[in-house]
Amino acid sequence: MKMTNAEYDKLTKKASPNTKLYLTLPKAFVIGGLICCLGQALFNLYSYWGLNEMNARSVTSITLIFFSAFLTGFGLYDKIAKHGGAGTLVPITGFANSVVAPALEFKTEGFVLGTAAKMFIIAGPVIVYGIAASVIYGIILYLFQLM
Amino acid sequence: MEMFMEYFWAFVIGGAFCLVGQLLIDLTKLTPARILVAYVVAGVVLGGCGVYEPIVEFAGAGATVPLTGFGYALAEGVKKAVAEDGLLGAFTGGFTAGAAGLTAAVVFGIIVALCFKRGDKTS
Repeated sequence: MKMTNAEYDKLTKKASPNTKLYLTLPKAFVIGGLICCLGQALFNLYSYWGLNEMNARSVTSITLIFFSAFLTGFGLYDKIAKHGGAGTLVPITGFANSVVAPALEFKTEGFVLGTAAKMFIIAGPVIVYGIAASVIYGIILYLFQLM
Repeated sequence: MEMFMEYFWAFVIGGAFCLVGQLLIDLTKLTPARILVAYVVAGVVLGGCGVYEPIVEFAGAGATVPLTGFGYALAEGVKKAVAEDGLLGAFTGGFTAGAAGLTAAVVFGIIVALCFKRGDKTS
C-alpha cells in the first residue's frame, strides 16, 4: 500500500486515542500549581531560617529534587505523572525525574554505561542548550559593556 | 491575606506554565525532552531580556519552580559573573548558577539507583 506522508498522518491520528484537552489541561494546571505552592512554602521556610533570596531558591530546588528523586525511586512519581502530564514535567521535579528514572531503569546495563550515561538522556540536551544560550547571553552582555 | 495571595499567584502562574506545556504535548508532536529544552532556553532568553524578573517578583515559586526558572537562574548567574569577571563570566556564570540543581539531580540519581530496585513496568 502506497501513501503520502499526509495520508499516513491522518491514519495515525485516527488510530491514536484522542487526548481529552478538557481533562489534561486542568489536571496539568492544578498539579503543576500545587508543586509550585510546595516550592513557595519551602522558600518561605528557608527565608524564615535566615537564608538570603538566592540561597533560599537553591535550597528549595534541592529539596524539590530530593522529593522527586525518592518518589521516582518508589515508583510514585510516574503514577502522579500519569495524571499530571506537563504539570509534573515542567516543574524542576520533572527535570529531576528525567534524571533519576533512567538512572534506575538502566542500572541493569551497569553503573557506568547504564546509570551514569543514561542519566543525561534528557537532562543532557537541557544542559547543553541551556548553557549554550547562557554563554551567548554572556557574550552579548560583555560586548555591551565594552561599548 | 498577603500570605494567601502569595500562594495564590504561585499556584496560578506555576499552573499556567504547566498548562502551556500540556498544550504543547497535546497539540504538537513535541516530545517531553524538547519541551524541557524549549523551557530552559526560553527562560534564558526571557531572563536576558529582563522580562522574567518581574514575573518572579510577582509569582515567586510559581516562576522559579518551572524549568523556565532554571533558565532564568542561568541568565542571572551569567549576568552577575560577567559584571565581576568580564568575558570569563560568560563561561562560568551558567554552571555556577545551575550547580545546586544539577548536583542535586546527579547525586540523588546515584543514590536512588543504588538503593532502589527497578520497578516492574506491568502495573
